[in-house]
Amino acid sequence: MGAFLARRLIGMFFVLLVITFVTFAIFIVVPGGDPATRMAGKNPSEQGIQNIRETWGFDEPFYTQYGKMMEKTFNAMRPGFDDPNNELISYSRRENVVDQIKQRLPATFSLAIGAAIIWLAFGVAVGMISAVRAGRLSDRMITILALIGISMPVFWLGIIARYYLGPENAGIFPDGDYVPLTQDPIGWFYHLLLPWMVLAVLFIGFYGRVLRSNILDTINEDYVRTARAKGLGPRRVLSKHVLRNSLIPIVTLFGLDFAGVIGGGAILTETVFEIDGVGQYAARSIRTLDLPPIMGVTILGAFFIVLFNVIVDLVYAYLDPRIRPT
Amino acid sequence: MATQQQATDFTLDTASELAAEEHEVSIVGRSPWYLAWRRLRRNKVALGALLLFFLVVAACALAPVFAERVAKTGPNENHITDVVMVDGKPVDVLSKGGTYTDPETGELKLRGAAGVPIGPTWWNAGGKFVLGADTNGRDVAVRLLYGGNNSLKIGIGSALLCTLMALVLALLAGYYGGWLDWGITRFFDVMAAFPVILLAIALGAALSINGFHQGPIDLESGSLWIPTLVISFVLVAYVGRPLRGQILSLREKEFVEAAVAQGGSPWRIMFSELLPNIASSVLVFFTLIIANNILVEAALSFLGAGVQPPNPSWGTLISEGQLRIRTAPWLTLGPGVAIVLTVVALNVFGDGLRDALDPRAKVRMEH
Repeated sequence: MGAFLARRLIGMFFVLLVITFVTFAIFIVVPGGDPATRMAGKNPSEQGIQNIRETWGFDEPFYTQYGKMMEKTFNAMRPGFDDPNNELISYSRRENVVDQIKQRLPATFSLAIGAAIIWLAFGVAVGMISAVRAGRLSDRMITILALIGISMPVFWLGIIARYYLGPENAGIFPDGDYVPLTQDPIGWFYHLLLPWMVLAVLFIGFYGRVLRSNILDTINEDYVRTARAKGLGPRRVLSKHVLRNSLIPIVTLFGLDFAGVIGGGAILTETVFEIDGVGQYAARSIRTLDLPPIMGVTILGAFFIVLFNVIVDLVYAYLDPRIRPT
Repeated sequence: MATQQQATDFTLDTASELAAEEHEVSIVGRSPWYLAWRRLRRNKVALGALLLFFLVVAACALAPVFAERVAKTGPNENHITDVVMVDGKPVDVLSKGGTYTDPETGELKLRGAAGVPIGPTWWNAGGKFVLGADTNGRDVAVRLLYGGNNSLKIGIGSALLCTLMALVLALLAGYYGGWLDWGITRFFDVMAAFPVILLAIALGAALSINGFHQGPIDLESGSLWIPTLVISFVLVAYVGRPLRGQILSLREKEFVEAAVAQGGSPWRIMFSELLPNIASSVLVFFTLIIANNILVEAALSFLGAGVQPPNPSWGTLISEGQLRIRTAPWLTLGPGVAIVLTVVALNVFGDGLRDALDPRAKVRMEH
């Protein structure tokens, strides 16, 4: 177990290293990506551009720039670190990137965690109901709805829901925006309810479909027949025997999807509902080709994705003794 | 070769020969592809979905014809000051705000907000502004079809490229194994650890500024190739990983060992032994990836990192409509419905295709 963890952690480090390098390279290789020209303003003088290049180190070779950027990124993450000259600063607004991300994390986490609870609960319920009623009308209806759910662009659904269920029409939900939990818990819940549901729709449809076919596969296994032959009730067979095995792939999906949502997957929902989270910060920075914030958010996202990969493997091993790592 | 033939005749009768001798019936050999096609043919829902998809493709392909013959305008032609006849009554394409004097009473009256585009006229204006106009007075139906044309080109093109790249990488990794497999697997690992949308937007936005001019690749900034390449690159690991897994398990099968023992070249083993055995998976993947990529394209364009305006795509149309949803909801509804229809059709057909090609699915359907 220890060796497994150590191996995974080393692998994680290298994946993150490569990812930072690729992200950096995209903005170095891409023509028109010269940040000095953009930072110098509308009518830049040659001297002005040159000055910016020197102060920000854009004239140095790319590996030095990369090294410095990485150093600054990790410096800023160190607790108690306070040296304004050695922090990751954004090109366009000259703000401390790590602080900016920290400020926006609660909004993104609120959105992701709430949506995850909804999609997990409803996804499992939808999958179970349609598997138990396989072939009947209710199963068909659910299957069709799930299909439409996975076929809808989340941002379109968001725009439509925000307008038609918002204050101007149905008046059920408020019009976007984010209220911090610590400020007003009820307002927090009220404002996030619609974004949660919109973000969850895709995953509910997807999990429902996966779980349905998993349950239908498992139901034919010998051990399920044995359980039935022993005289166990259908409810107990389903919950204790069938579901335990059918849910294993859902665990993987859930871990990766949750990490994906935190690592930038919520960007569309955040944009549509004007939630000032990490995703929206990234979207805004990408529009101005502001490398440091993009770097910060990408590292954050990749970190969560890689971390949840490891967690999923551990949970998997716990649920299925056959694949326990040695 | 001749002795081998004799030996078979001597030892074994095939099922069809036995049947012919004993019951005087002949069994016709049928390929798995034929059996799959027969299963698919019985699945009317899947065929209906395929038809719907082809209808969407045909409609979008005929966009120039519709624009020229029916709507009589181009996708980027403004009609800000035009007046169109709806049911014989003249209507401004963009409402003129301000005040006017009532000719009967002589009172000064308010006209309402200015610049609100005309809503869907359906067929009441002789094919003009069937789905309304946008705030530049452009015909939404024409833009929707041209936009669909672009979205479908990017969706299908990137699905082709992505599947092809994934297939080549998976074949190389699965067949050669060793360090090549190690390298390709690590590449997939890194690609899968990237936050997909972030990487796609970053690439798309960066490339959209000046295009990409390196070596033989020469792309202008508005080129449709940019989103196509970005999407296919970003998603390659998601197709490549499962394919590699399948090839890895096929590689251990006896028929591959037999082909190796007979001295089959790597090329031959990859293309005539391994490829036919994963062809059905590839086909199913391809269908579902088109659906997925249409959604990714829409997301990219919505965020301004895909198709660049004024060139339309379903994603850019939604992002243009988003701000006008209060006064002109048809700008947002039209392209969204088009996306949902197309993607649902592809997903339903993909499901049907998988059920037809995967014999396990037959067991599943019998419940």
